[in-house]
Order: sequence, then structure tokens, then C-alpha cells
Amino acid sequence: MFEAVNLQLTAGQLLQIGGKNGAGKSSLLRILAGLAQPDDGEVFWQNLPLADGDFPQNLCFIGHLSGIQPQLTALEHLEFWQAAFGFTATDGFQVLATLGLAGLEDIPCQLLSAGQQRRVSLARLWLTTRPLWILDEPFTALDQSAILLLQHKFTEHLENGGAIILTTHQPLTQHFPAAQLLELAYRW
Amino acid sequence: MVMFKAAFVREWRLLARQKADWLNPLMFFLIVLTLFPLGIGAKPNLLAEIAPGIIWIAALLSVLLGAERLFKDDFRQGVLEQLVAAEEPMLAYVLAKIVSSWCSTALPLLLISPLIALLLGLDTAAWLAVLLTLLLGTPLLNLLAALGAALTLSADKGGILLALLILPLYIPLLIFASAAVDQASLGLDYSGQLAVLSAMLCLALALVPLAVLKALKLNVG
Repeated sequence: MFEAVNLQLTAGQLLQIGGKNGAGKSSLLRILAGLAQPDDGEVFWQNLPLADGDFPQNLCFIGHLSGIQPQLTALEHLEFWQAAFGFTATDGFQVLATLGLAGLEDIPCQLLSAGQQRRVSLARLWLTTRPLWILDEPFTALDQSAILLLQHKFTEHLENGGAIILTTHQPLTQHFPAAQLLELAYRW
Repeated sequence: MVMFKAAFVREWRLLARQKADWLNPLMFFLIVLTLFPLGIGAKPNLLAEIAPGIIWIAALLSVLLGAERLFKDDFRQGVLEQLVAAEEPMLAYVLAKIVSSWCSTALPLLLISPLIALLLGLDTAAWLAVLLTLLLGTPLLNLLAALGAALTLSADKGGILLALLILPLYIPLLIFASAAVDQASLGLDYSGQLAVLSAMLCLALALVPLAVLKALKLNVG
């Protein structure tokens, strides 16, 4: 599917993968996250092939599916993620308040709007201490203030020595000093 | 362990909010069992004779009915994808799913088994055998159903495929379980059948969760 993709990411860097619809952005992300295997070539994490190292414990992956169960509340989602992914115990109310969801903690997520559900899904980034974030279209359905909030979170994460790989169609409005751009294109 | 508890609590919350998921199979079980006395007519002896087979067939169909939903929502909404990417807690998640599916689909069957015995004219000894075989056999039903659900996860119209895949695997269980109840109603010893059921259960407990795990990963990848 891909040809001559060669990239390297170090701590503190952000990699933005661009390209038209269907160019293979999500597929590339899935390969980088270890969810799919490349036909040819290899992915390394800290000089070890993905399958050998402790890669999964260092990864926070948020795909274009939100992972939101409509019948559960925002707080219940946070509770599950904390236990399931070993995230540090953080006050769920506070995280949700930061994301502008104060007062909506106990409502089943099916009653929230698409953007609010996306915010719940992204709350994982406020819970995790894992260094590598792989995010597929994180800005989908978010309003301007949430997009800005998320980019501030990105800056904070990068300053703490984390790394981010993301796909987006929207240009990043904030300036990230250590940003790379990988543009995927068709070649018939 | 933390993951097991979290997944288990999550599953119970979902079951509490989607009652149809566990009530429907139970109602199905009851209705199928009610149909037999009506269809066969006033022949209590014949009914008591075929009762073990009927109970077991109804039980495995109702477990199968509840199986398809097991991983479907988590697959569609991307929860599985995230768990596979994080890798670590997957086995605990699978076990929590299987245990909660047993509690929600099979445990109610055990609880209403006295009623069923009454309905089909079984005596106390036969009822006890039904209870014991259900106790040993239904976890096996749930394990295999989970395997089927995991294998057919990404298939469209997975329900019928699931049934075709899993029903043949239920045959040994059906044979030994109904043989045990038959023996019991004749007043004979049926500990041999129970031992075979226990052995099958142990084997499945050891192997099936790993197979489910692998199948889930294949479907996500």
C-alpha cells in the first residue's frame, strides 16, 4: 500500500500526517500503532521492533472510532480507562470540567452531542502519562475552543518529552517548534 | 485483576441499562419449554422422558441467542481497537466478558430450573441432575459461544454463521448432559457423566479464552 515511507520521531516532536481522503493516513497510523502489520518494512520503538519491546505500554491510541459506549456516562468511561490502561488516578470531575463538560458527568453519552462525545473520548489524554500519542483525526466534530484546548495540551505534552503522531485535515493553528509534516499522495 | 474488575463492572452497568440483552434469551428459553407440553399434548410420561433433551437444547439455543452481542458493540465503537493497541489487559477483559455473560444468560436458567422441572413433570432426582449438568455445562456453552462471537465479529449477518459454527461443538455436551439426566430419572448413578462434563469444562476454560483473544486480535487487525 505504501512506498518509501521513512520517518523518525524523537521525544518532544510532533508528526502530522497529511494527504487527501483515501491516501492511507489511517492505515499508516494503524501500522504505527501495531494494529496492522506492514507487508514490507518494519516499525521500531526505541530501537526494538514493535512486537518485541514494551511498546503497547507506552502508547495512547485514539482512532477515528471514539470508543464511547452510548449507555455509559462520561465518568464511567473515565473510570474504565483508568483501570483498563493503568492511567494514574486523577479526579474525573476535574478532567471533565477542563474539557467543558461540567454538569454532564452523569448523563449517558448517547444524550451528548457529537462534539461532546469527542471531548469525552479525548479525556484519555488528560489521564494518561504515556509518552507516545497516536491520534486519528482528533479535531473531528470539535469547536474552536476545544481545538485550541487540545493544542495547548499537545504543547504541554511535547514540552514534557512526549511525542505525538496525528492526522488532520485542519491546519494546526498553534505553532509547534518541532513539527514534521508527512504528506501522503496517490501514485497510480 | 484491576482490569477484570473494571471490565466486569462496566459489563454489569451495560446489562442493567440494556435489559433486553439478557431478558430476551431468558424469555426465549421459557417460551420454547412451554411450547413442548402444548405441542405434545397430554402425555406426561413421554414429556418426562424427553425433558432432558428439551431443556438442554433450549438452554444452548438461548445462550447462543445472547452470544452475538458479546463483543459487537465494543468492536463497532472502537473499544476493542484501543484494548488491542494497549495489549496488556486483554485476557482479563475476555474473562470478564465470559463470566458476566454466564451470570446474565446461564445463571437465570439455573434459578428457574425448579419451575422447568415442574413444567415438564420431572421428579426431584431428575431436577437435581438437570441443575448439576446445567451448572457444569452452561459455562462451557458460554465459553464456546464467546469463541463463536469473536470469530464472526467482523462478518455481516454473523448470527447465523455463529450458530452454524458453534452448534456442532455443543454435541458432546448435549450427549453427556442429557445422558446424566436420563440416568438420574431412572435412579442410576450419573457421576461418570458429570466427570466427563467437568473435564470438558476444564479443557475449555484453559484454552478458549486464549483462542477468543487471538480471534479478537485478528478481527481488529
